Amino acid sequence: MTATNYSEISIQTEDFSLADEVALLEKNNATDGAVVTFTGRVRNQNEGKSVTSLTLEHYPVMTEKSLLAIIHQAKERWDIGRVKVIHRIGELFIGEQIVFVGVTSQHRKDAFAANEFIMDYLKVQAPFWKKEANKDGVKWLDAKSSDQSKAAVW
Amino acid sequence: MIKIVFFAALREQLNCSELSINSQGLTTVADVKKQLASTDEQWQQVFTNDSLLSAVNHDMVNDEHIVNTGDEVAFFPPVTGG
Repeated sequence: MTATNYSEISIQTEDFSLADEVALLEKNNATDGAVVTFTGRVRNQNEGKSVTSLTLEHYPVMTEKSLLAIIHQAKERWDIGRVKVIHRIGELFIGEQIVFVGVTSQHRKDAFAANEFIMDYLKVQAPFWKKEANKDGVKWLDAKSSDQSKAAVW
Repeated sequence: MIKIVFFAALREQLNCSELSINSQGLTTVADVKKQLASTDEQWQQVFTNDSLLSAVNHDMVNDEHIVNTGDEVAFFPPVTGG
């Protein structure tokens, strides 16, 4: 396993730079030929209704604990090098970045699989909640059963 | 005492983010839910909802999980991050 000298997770209100994150995953890391990144953004609509913003709430401490547990599971299942997960909290507007998952590995297969696994598990296990604002007001989003089935596949 | 915390829609429904309860007579998460449900009709509705999730000391648990004095027990709706 590649040694990591930076934090693998970050829960933050501020935005992140994809380029900076990729640079950190690649820095002094000549063993890994694959870098797979996923970025999740705020869409302009949800279930046919236009969205103005999302507000992300989380459960401090448990969020960090669950993300580290998910990363640990991914490392046990795949031969991967570095991992970085960023999740933003607070109010986010259309087009803004919400979540980042970056994984490196020697060959692409492990990084692809581990990245999708981390994202699918984050969706059903990490304690974050989205409150959506549209022209009619605000409402907490309901969990999707399709997210449960995606995570169950692993 | 047991510290109880609520999040997201649950926190808003109950109009409460945290409270402390005496751990006496409480063995499991199910017992905690039962006690909280006895508060009033609104709480009854919330704590008998099958989709409610529970965590003890920041780990997701089921109703049979044992609770001890000093624990932090959290209740929240299914998560919707990512």
